[in-house]
Amino acid sequence: MPPSHDERLHTTSPVYRLLARPELGAVGGVIIVWLFFAIVAGSQGFLTLRGMATYLEVSAELGILAIAVALLMIGGEFDLSVGSIIGASGMLLTILSVEYAWSLWAALLAVVLFAVSAGLFNGYLVIKTRLPSFIVTLATLFVFRGLTIGVTRLLTGRTQLGGLREAAGYDIVKLIFAGEIPVAGVDFPVSIVWWLLLAAAATWILLRTPFGNWIFGTGGDAQAARSVGVPTGRVKITLFVGTALAAAFVGIMQAVSFSGADVLRGELREFYAIIVVVIGGTLLTGGYGSAIGAVFGALIFGMVRQGIVFTGVDADWFQVFLGGMLLLAVLVNHYVRQRALRL
Amino acid sequence: MRCRWSYLLLRVRVRKCIFGRILVLCFSRAFRVTPTKTKTVMRTVATIVVAFSVLAGCAAQEEPDTEPQLRMVVVTHGQASDPFWSAVQSGARAAGKDMGVRVEYQAPESFDMVTMAQLIDAAVASSPDALIVSMPDADALGPPVRHAREAGIPVVSINSGYDHAEALGMLFHVGQTEYEAGVETGDRLAAAGATNTFCINQEVGNLSLDRRCEGFANAMAAAGGATEVLAVELADPTESQQRIQAALRAAPDIDGLLTLGPTGALPALRALQEEDKVGDILFASFDVTPDILSAIETGEMLFAVDQQPYLQGYIPVVFLALYLRQEMMVTNHILRTGPGFVTADDVARLRAQE
Repeated sequence: MPPSHDERLHTTSPVYRLLARPELGAVGGVIIVWLFFAIVAGSQGFLTLRGMATYLEVSAELGILAIAVALLMIGGEFDLSVGSIIGASGMLLTILSVEYAWSLWAALLAVVLFAVSAGLFNGYLVIKTRLPSFIVTLATLFVFRGLTIGVTRLLTGRTQLGGLREAAGYDIVKLIFAGEIPVAGVDFPVSIVWWLLLAAAATWILLRTPFGNWIFGTGGDAQAARSVGVPTGRVKITLFVGTALAAAFVGIMQAVSFSGADVLRGELREFYAIIVVVIGGTLLTGGYGSAIGAVFGALIFGMVRQGIVFTGVDADWFQVFLGGMLLLAVLVNHYVRQRALRL
Repeated sequence: MRCRWSYLLLRVRVRKCIFGRILVLCFSRAFRVTPTKTKTVMRTVATIVVAFSVLAGCAAQEEPDTEPQLRMVVVTHGQASDPFWSAVQSGARAAGKDMGVRVEYQAPESFDMVTMAQLIDAAVASSPDALIVSMPDADALGPPVRHAREAGIPVVSINSGYDHAEALGMLFHVGQTEYEAGVETGDRLAAAGATNTFCINQEVGNLSLDRRCEGFANAMAAAGGATEVLAVELADPTESQQRIQAALRAAPDIDGLLTLGPTGALPALRALQEEDKVGDILFASFDVTPDILSAIETGEMLFAVDQQPYLQGYIPVVFLALYLRQEMMVTNHILRTGPGFVTADDVARLRAQE
């Protein structure tokens, strides 16, 4: 047999390598959605810088959450409690610094500690009980939300608290978490920068570090990963702490930029995050996916969410679009991957 | 206009442009399928996308020939399952029709201040002639409203947020003053003989509802009674009913019940029927729906607090149209549409008019 037919020497074309990437479907989706709104709502401000700022803000907030959720899902687990952790973190920050007059920095530290312990709790519960994380975090979703509502009303008698603006250290904290970067007269929220930095960090971890390999291994085949010495339990717990921290980060950003919190913040965000991650090409079964995909998924979500307003169609239809996008993304990803892997 | 243009796109053929040919070549090689098949797939995808664009474009322009001169966007916190907000929406639409204004209605799918603030931001970026918003949380919604004012868009608040309307630079506010409405309701229930009461909140996190309960509790306390707040889930009537039933069983001395809207009132009514306590417990609710009216008619409910949601949608559109076209404006900051109290006599009178 001539050496050119040796399959080990088979070179793959760049096109094939591109198609085998998990995020390709989402990149195509971004282009299609953008074109769609540019045609339908281009004359109503979708193409302006201000229009861009509004959908990037939505994308950034969800994207920060989605990147952490993507890592966890590649590791083979779900976290449905992130929405409740957003609400709990924002409320904790506001109660500590408004009702108990803590300095904002001390309150921030308390929120981080809370998030780490919430993540550890989720992680240990999943590892020790060996129950599906879907069920365990579904339970903690209700526990955290209920605690937020109950404790808030117990301490303050209300369900919405404002006045974070007056807390000590607010100006600097606002600059970090909810600052605005003026570009040609339009204020872009600083959360966009955080989003991109986090995406870069997550991609580096996934593709360039041993820990990244462990994540893929844990999600792909935990048994096999364990036998080659990957501490799968520790990997999963770390990833749960990661999602909880990302949720707390979003909760802090919302509380700081809105100068307060209410007990319902973050509702439905757990599902939006999963939708975005799946649109980004990550497999629900774990072991395959990317952080960049989640970034593009969040971009699609933001464009659809805000683009609807520009078209003038009532927001009643947003969920139809979102569901349709999800279905389309999954179909395209599935088709592309099957085609690409057959080569 | 936009509609017709999108329709033309439907006729675009992939093979007619060079870019399309290159794409077809790439895809057919990458997937190892024939160029003809690739073309068919691509054409189908393109058709679906364009068809969606056409649909949305046409939906956005319901009356392509009589293009209205003014465009107003209404952003509320109202959820689709709440009949109250349907009344607001119909009011705004009717006013839009009467005044020749294009009215668009936006609301988050759950009570979500973050999403609502972002919706307002998007509405501002689409530069409408005027903006109509409900303000359940002035801290969260203040910044986007300020963006609107900076962009020179007149803003009117409706329903909730009367105490912040002036500070936020609203032209005016249309709605009821919530705390006072709670107090008046408390006075009425106390006068009817209620002493131990529940205030049932179906939208936890909405400051206006907290204020209603607060006013109600203070009025009850002043009359020597007591109030406990009970939170229920707006979107889940069965669960709400069960929770109210459990609470009624746990506290048998309850003799008064206040719900803060129809999504709380109907489960509460069913709970009372199940527990066989209709008539023993004095029951009142905020807001009016056909079900609430018939409950008042049959005596299951004592009265309803009416804030006329239809007017909260209708008035701002009319006044804003007059303001934008003729610069005419009312000078009082709060236009009160409530509280009015609907009793069995009123229902009888309404029925007679029908």
